Amino acid sequence: MAHTERRDAPELPDFSLLKRLARDQLIFLLEQLPGKKDLFIDADLMSPLDRIANVTILKQHEVDKLYKVELKPIVSNSDQLCFLIRPRIQTVKWISDLVNSDKVAGRFRRYKIIFTPQKFYACETVLEEQGVFGDVTTDEWNFYILPLDDDILSLELPEFFRDNFLEGDQRWVTTAGSALHLLQSVYGSFSKVYGIGRCAKMVYESWRELMEEGEQRTRQPEFAKVFLIDRDVDYVTPLCSQVVYEGLVDDIFRIKCGSVEFGPDVTSSDKSIKVMLNSQDKVFNEIRNEHFSNVFGFLSQKAKNLQTAYDKRRGMDIQQMKAFVADELKGLKQEHRLLSLHIGASESMMKKKTKQDFQELLKTEHSLLEGFEIRECITYIEEHINRQVSMIDSLRLLCLLSITENGLLSKDYKSLKAQYFQSYGIDHLLTFANLRQLGLLEEQQAGETLTVMESKVGKLVNDKTVGKLTDAFSSLAKKSNFRALSKRLALVPKSGEEYDLRVPRDMAYIFSGAYIPLSCKLIEQVLERDGWTGLEEVTRMLNGQEFAVTGGSSGSEARNKTDAQRIVLVMFLGGCTFSEISALRFLGKERGCRFIVVTTAITNSARLLEALLDNHA
Amino acid sequence: MAFVTANWNPLGEAFYRKIELYEMGWNLKDGLRECLVAAAPYGGPIALLKGHNRRSPSARPQLEIYSSSGVPLASFPWKSGVVKQLGWTVSDDLLCVQEDGTVLVYDLLGGFKRHFSMGNEVSQSQVLETKIFHSPYGTGVAILTGALRFTLATNIDDIKLRRLPEVQVISIWRSSLTLAMCGWEKLSEVDTKIKSPPKQMAWCRRPKSQQPSAVVMWDGLLAVVGECKETIQYHLDDDSILVPELDGVRIISGTHHELLQEVPGACEEIFKIASMAPGALLLEAHKEYEKESQKADEYLREIKEQSLLSEAVRQCVEAAGHEHEPETQKTLLRAASFGKCFLSNFPPEQFVSMCRDLRVLNAVRDYTVGIPLTHTQFKQMTVQVLIDRLVYRKLYPLAIEVCRYLKTPEYQGVSRVLKHWACYKVQQKEESDEGIAKAVSVKLADAAGISYSEIATKAYESGRTELAIKLLEFEPRSGEQVPLLLKMKKSPLALSKAIESGDTDLGTHTFTYMFQNFVKCLPRFCKHQEQDTLKDLFNQDDDHEELGNFYVKASYKEQRLEARIALLQSAVDEYYKAKNEFSAKTTEDEMRLLRFQRKLEEEKGELLVGFSLHETMIALLSVGLHKHAEQLYKDFRVPDKRFWWLKLKALAEKEDWEELEKFAKSKKSPIGYLPFVEICIKHHNKYEAKKYVSKVTPEQKVKAHLAVGDMEGAAEAAIERRNESEISTVLARCSTTSDHLLMERLNRAKATVAKK
Repeated sequence: MAHTERRDAPELPDFSLLKRLARDQLIFLLEQLPGKKDLFIDADLMSPLDRIANVTILKQHEVDKLYKVELKPIVSNSDQLCFLIRPRIQTVKWISDLVNSDKVAGRFRRYKIIFTPQKFYACETVLEEQGVFGDVTTDEWNFYILPLDDDILSLELPEFFRDNFLEGDQRWVTTAGSALHLLQSVYGSFSKVYGIGRCAKMVYESWRELMEEGEQRTRQPEFAKVFLIDRDVDYVTPLCSQVVYEGLVDDIFRIKCGSVEFGPDVTSSDKSIKVMLNSQDKVFNEIRNEHFSNVFGFLSQKAKNLQTAYDKRRGMDIQQMKAFVADELKGLKQEHRLLSLHIGASESMMKKKTKQDFQELLKTEHSLLEGFEIRECITYIEEHINRQVSMIDSLRLLCLLSITENGLLSKDYKSLKAQYFQSYGIDHLLTFANLRQLGLLEEQQAGETLTVMESKVGKLVNDKTVGKLTDAFSSLAKKSNFRALSKRLALVPKSGEEYDLRVPRDMAYIFSGAYIPLSCKLIEQVLERDGWTGLEEVTRMLNGQEFAVTGGSSGSEARNKTDAQRIVLVMFLGGCTFSEISALRFLGKERGCRFIVVTTAITNSARLLEALLDNHA
Repeated sequence: MAFVTANWNPLGEAFYRKIELYEMGWNLKDGLRECLVAAAPYGGPIALLKGHNRRSPSARPQLEIYSSSGVPLASFPWKSGVVKQLGWTVSDDLLCVQEDGTVLVYDLLGGFKRHFSMGNEVSQSQVLETKIFHSPYGTGVAILTGALRFTLATNIDDIKLRRLPEVQVISIWRSSLTLAMCGWEKLSEVDTKIKSPPKQMAWCRRPKSQQPSAVVMWDGLLAVVGECKETIQYHLDDDSILVPELDGVRIISGTHHELLQEVPGACEEIFKIASMAPGALLLEAHKEYEKESQKADEYLREIKEQSLLSEAVRQCVEAAGHEHEPETQKTLLRAASFGKCFLSNFPPEQFVSMCRDLRVLNAVRDYTVGIPLTHTQFKQMTVQVLIDRLVYRKLYPLAIEVCRYLKTPEYQGVSRVLKHWACYKVQQKEESDEGIAKAVSVKLADAAGISYSEIATKAYESGRTELAIKLLEFEPRSGEQVPLLLKMKKSPLALSKAIESGDTDLGTHTFTYMFQNFVKCLPRFCKHQEQDTLKDLFNQDDDHEELGNFYVKASYKEQRLEARIALLQSAVDEYYKAKNEFSAKTTEDEMRLLRFQRKLEEEKGELLVGFSLHETMIALLSVGLHKHAEQLYKDFRVPDKRFWWLKLKALAEKEDWEELEKFAKSKKSPIGYLPFVEICIKHHNKYEAKKYVSKVTPEQKVKAHLAVGDMEGAAEAAIERRNESEISTVLARCSTTSDHLLMERLNRAKATVAKK
């Protein structure tokens, strides 16, 4: 069922080292505040922290009680308070208020703030402004990277996306640069760096500066190539419904920091179970990259096999039975437990997703990607909004429509927007303003005048030039150019051909054969061409900002065929989806190389859009 | 000396003289024939456009600029449209008026400065004729369009186009010439006996002159006409043009440059034959004195007896100013100086300044410079302007000499010239940054009041940032360094300079500037820290869109309804300012909705405030307030489909089947009846669902039957529609045990359909 791996697939480096490093530094920092202390942890740091150092380790280092930061007054009797937080002004302000209210109450405590992954000047300014700078000691825990799986490294910074692309706040750029620098100093340098996007460029610059500052290490590199890509290069992919198992689980149950909580409808008991989803889970590992339509069949086959394994017991003698219990039973039981969970999950998903609604939703998405029957799609979206089916899904469809069509006609834009406000309230004015700023949902305005110009100019020159002009004009208007890109890179396979999802032909299988993710296609093309040559048209339509640099370790070029040369690190700035990771895994198998995904956070359509909501401040 | 009156001609009471200024240095093949010529007043440059009427693109006309003595200053092929008229502004800029009313402005060395248009009307109806004129407001352009309308701009530096009403242009020429003054009062009439119309006419007067007179030019003939019957006529060899000046008319021909003017009073007094004016006597006395004759004493005595000696000296000094020939000037000044010896308490200023003025005038009249200014013009124009003109011509050494000689205050004179020189210098691309910086600093070292920042700005504007920074090093005032550094985006350097200066205010200024540049990163900080700062920032940028968004956001934090509505009103105002009608209208709708919700809350006690329109309507329907929901539906122009969907859902939710049935019958459903069936099934009411099956459109019949579990009905519908896929759908739903017969029927039907 799972794709047969090429035997020569390279070994991946051991990323648990990163965890150890982070743990050691945290322990060191905690010991800087000797004695019993209460630890306050930012809510979104809870899960990552758990993966680095569990409660036992924290207790060993004299952490008395653990609290979640809730921005409310606290109840703690400890004389020492330690705060482990992201560098957010709001949190720092809360701590300042806390210190000040202690002062008023005449209470003396020691306070320590540990910022992770780094501290920002703005935070210290707040401490200073609030007059508590002297009362608090601050530290940095350089916990840049959390390995989520063998091939997924996450910065766990979901706010990166909104901060960088919407607010234009580039403070996380150095964080991403430092993360790369950390990888480099632990695992050796890279021979080649490619990238596309403004942020990617800045991250590379920041990383390069760090490289120049630090000493040059001539270690055998563990990765060959690095590819940096901005999320805003490709918004279409994360906006599509995911249909590969892992992605689907994320869409429906929301995988958080590599684990998921299955509710009672999955576990068929009255309590929820938390499950780690990674390559350690053998069942999951085999189905995670599969199209959902295949999963059920696979699971039932698996169940039958398991039954057969159990059935072996019958007719065993005592000796055999003893061996069976000792060697196999535990594994079988474990597998059994996981299998039943995944079957439960699949059933639950089936219930939700095989309904007619979902089929129609997918059909609409595919029509949009193909640019086919757009009027029907608009009607569908309108009904979707009118019936208040789902706030996020409606928005997602609107964005897909806008990106694929290079903006909505003014009439459609106004009417759909008005409809949306009627359903979900006018406070979404702000959401729409955000979406427009990012180019996710736009009104065709400049476009119209450009078209007039095009047709005027078009009369003067021949067809080929017209094509070029059209491209030039559309890049002028900062349009998404999805249609042109899709044509040039053949992202949408010809319709009409049957696509056997059991035997994937190309990366399009992750979207039921309807669309090859643009981001992954770019990566494939660049690696194939070893640079951007020949892709000039494409990069122009993506507003340029591409680069390719030959890295420090030139010596390794000669030993071309080492394992390391076939490991590619892909960094998504602004998040990537599980579908994209699946596509890259598929690509890796096809090409006999391995991809390691570094992302600022795992995202999906809902997370992406929720980050842009502004309806409740 | 006897020659002085040789070129004098009487006309009525006065005399006119024609003086040759230059033999032209240019070498024109056809003279001024077929040329568009414009000469600037006050002895300014001359622009020539040869062959401007040729329209073929291969032969581009050549635009040439000469000094008044015919020394070439610039020459370039004309690449723009057809030029109708050339003219000069008061500050020696060349205006080229094109046929379409576009006016191109060049400096006197041929550098393009800017262009402006005389309006759409002109460009549509084309230019018929143009005049460039000078007035106290500056230089103006007047255009007569093809539609016989006048358009004019009185000052080209501050263009306000004025259109005059349509006029009837009548051209009348009689062989008698009428001189008329403003107000159309007839002054004089002279019979010229010439049939053809003149080529050009110009007033020829001098200040304090008694009589009006004009110079009229025909082919080969030039006449001066005044109040009396007779005229002075000159023969012209060549095509010429007339340039009216303050105190005469300059005549430029292909070979010569002459000045025709009424003989100034003082000169006339002194040089008129047999004049007994004191000045004339003093001149005679000095002549005798030179000859060592005792007659000198006699003449002198004669003047002194009438006690007119001081008058005599004054006359001589004044006359010297009006004479063009240095020899004559010297003679007159010597006479004045001689006469002065016999006067006690005679103020020397007039004499001294005249000597200086003449020296300067002679210098600029020099052939190589070519500014033939008369003393009257010079006085009118002032030294400042003369220096400017020299600077425009890049005659920096001469300008400095003039300043030094005339003892012009340094910051108005020498320093200013040096600044201009330096600004010119920094634009010289071929020289290195170091070379220029050094040259500039050496030259400018001890000049007072030099603003290095201005020079540096110029360097920056011509793309030499490094040079600009070097030059700024010489700027002693930090206050002048910092703004430019900021402009050049050298914020750190600017800040350190500002701090070095110890000037707190400057530091604040610098910081504020940098702060504003960082504003982009700021909103996030402000969002948590200082909401008001954020608002101020948007306010300062006039970012009405963002301000609107800001108010909307603020309104949702506000609990009290009145305050919330007030904030939304502010948002509406901002959106209108941002010309975002849509957002403004939407926000207004929201305010209406809020008021409506509150009213209902008060009346019915339902919690509604804060709901979206959709949610409000659902809430109303669920408690049976159908009328109010209808009202919203009408007031807010809710689409029919939406209303039907939500009412359907709300009624089913309430399981108000009676009302639902009424609703279904109220009019034809815009969403069809399948949703009715489906929603009943969703609420497990098969009985109600069946009521609507018959109403469903044929396309959806099968689905409807299947939804209520009526296999037979579904089969019936599918077979009737002969639709293979629908038949298959029904088949798939049949259970093999109970629907055996039905399946057989379906399979048969499928086979027949497939056959077709």
